[in-house]
Amino acid sequence: MNRPEHILLSVKDISLRFGGVRALTDVSFDIREGEIFAIIGPNGAGKSSMLNCINGFYHPQEGTITFKGEERRQMRPHEAAAQGISRTFQNIALFKGMTTLENVMTGRMLKMQASFVEQALYIGRGKREEIAHREKVEEVIDFLEIQSIRKTPVGRLPYGLQKRVELARALAAEPELLLLDEPMAGMNVEEKEDMCRFVLSTNHELGTTIALIEHDMGVVMDLSDRVVVLDYGRKLAEGTPDEIRGNQDVIDAYLGVSHD
Amino acid sequence: MLYREAGQFKTSYSADQAMLTIPLDRWFVFGLAAFAIVGVPLLASEYLIASILIPVLILSIAALGLNILTGYCGQLSLGTGAFMAAGAYLAYKIATNITWMPIWLVIPLAGLCAAAIGIAFGLPSLRIKGFYLAVATLAAQFFLLWLFVKVPWFVNYSISGVPTAPPRSVLGFDVTGATATNEAKYLFVLAFVIALAWIARNMARSRIGRSWMAIRDMDIAAELIGIRPLPTKLSAFAISSFYCGVAGALWAMCYINTVEPTAFDINRSFQVLFMVIVGGLGSVLGSFLGAAFIFLLPIFLNSAPGWFGYSVAGDIITHIEFMLFGALIIFFLIVEPHGLARLWQIAKEKLRLWPFPY
Ligand SMILES: Nc1ncnc2c1ncn2[C@@H]1O[C@H](COP(=O)(O)OP(=O)(O)OP(=O)(O)O)[C@@H](O)[C@H]1O
Ligand SMILES: [Mg+2]
Repeated sequence: MNRPEHILLSVKDISLRFGGVRALTDVSFDIREGEIFAIIGPNGAGKSSMLNCINGFYHPQEGTITFKGEERRQMRPHEAAAQGISRTFQNIALFKGMTTLENVMTGRMLKMQASFVEQALYIGRGKREEIAHREKVEEVIDFLEIQSIRKTPVGRLPYGLQKRVELARALAAEPELLLLDEPMAGMNVEEKEDMCRFVLSTNHELGTTIALIEHDMGVVMDLSDRVVVLDYGRKLAEGTPDEIRGNQDVIDAYLGVSHD
Repeated sequence: MLYREAGQFKTSYSADQAMLTIPLDRWFVFGLAAFAIVGVPLLASEYLIASILIPVLILSIAALGLNILTGYCGQLSLGTGAFMAAGAYLAYKIATNITWMPIWLVIPLAGLCAAAIGIAFGLPSLRIKGFYLAVATLAAQFFLLWLFVKVPWFVNYSISGVPTAPPRSVLGFDVTGATATNEAKYLFVLAFVIALAWIARNMARSRIGRSWMAIRDMDIAAELIGIRPLPTKLSAFAISSFYCGVAGALWAMCYINTVEPTAFDINRSFQVLFMVIVGGLGSVLGSFLGAAFIFLLPIFLNSAPGWFGYSVAGDIITHIEFMLFGALIIFFLIVEPHGLARLWQIAKEKLRLWPFPY
């Protein structure tokens, strides 16, 4: 994308508390259109909580979130989905009893309009939509190379593939902003490489803006255009991977822990 | 070559999306339907039609209904009997008060009334789940039955409280009440079964079915991808109760020929629940297999000893029946929650690779 200055999502002074626990304190940052934006930080830093605020699952006590120029304090998760925000979860949240195909089809849910009667009788839009969306879903399935597990119930798939199906479900919604919570956690090297490739091609070929949380520093430095560092719910630093690598606070607070 | 899934390739998504993707499957189902419509009334004995086929078909509709709610949407209900009763009592009320209305319209209308009641009793499902929801539906079971017994308006102030089904006809043939022939009743019931099974299958493969399953499998994630829990759960309650209501109406009008509360007590709720568990949660085919199995097992147990020249006391048979049901429910819940339908599918998968299994 060649308009990196255009801001897609802007988070301003977000504070989120759970009783006495301050999960986030005065966090602000912007995500620009077309970039891959990484959120990093030690365990419990508030990274997942940040994504949960963005897609309306948590409601911050203070601060505002501006998406596509529209400012809001909070929204309901299905509204965020309707506005073009999709996500994957740290602990896979697939529909275990449904097949890969059915799971990915749920990503198209909000784009389907057939009335109940049309669905029940499988006529008119009920039938046309199923076929049209199936074609779109097949594109995503090809894109992520999961053709062979189309009809397999996802509960029977290995962990790495489940993560990929979850990405497929998120992509099927054709989001403008894709939130990925540790998409490579628990994967072996080969699976990680595949996932990196998919994240990059999603960004390059589909032009999707991506915000991702990742612990593997190598992956973060390779993939992301910009990085924000959280620590104990506060923003510690923000910048390009190179700037972050050179930032003394970050080295002390975060990279420092693992240098021995 | 008997029955093969291998080598059946589809060239378009619409073909792949068709209900029965294998031509042989499709012909089998069409053939079965044709046989049920033409062959059975000509060939089957009165006993088979009146005492086995009609009740099994009607209970299949109830099982389909409960399967929509419990199997597809994951909301446990013990109120099936009450929703069937709602269909039965309201069908009677409508048929006797709006006498010009054709019976084929009365029954779906009674189903709609049951659906409205189902929605009311489904409202707690937004807040409570699992065991607690089951208890709430149990309350529906006892409350509704109490209501139908206590308010004589529902039975037109009949003295006995157990009115007989009014005779009504379709195309000049009596299909309800004592005067109707078994064949006519059977065909009337069959028409509902075919239509409702087809609709259930359509719903299962459409958006509405996927949103039920998403709520069942992980309601939080479902909400995050844009599925609204309340309307989704209530639609399952409504449609499920519609099916149960139609089943109850047919049970009263075409099977027992009376409207009586004992036909729809808590035992009925459990019977239909067992059908769904044994047949297969979340399966249209399973609803039929389960209904047939659970209905026929006691009949089989009662007559089997006689075939081998033994005579076994009735109460022993009843105990064996309880034990077998208990064992089966535990087996299916723990080992194979997808029930008989899944066992059938496994058999098909084995056949697909046969004779080169690896
Ligand atoms: N629903 C919740 N209720 C109570 N506390 C919560 C909740 N969600 C998060 N927290 C707390 O907020 C803080 C930040 O948690 P969060 O999950 O956002 O961290 P994280 O950066 O994603 O950590 P990790 O790397 O382990 O995933 C933690 O102290 C956590 O215990
Ligand atoms: Mg996290």
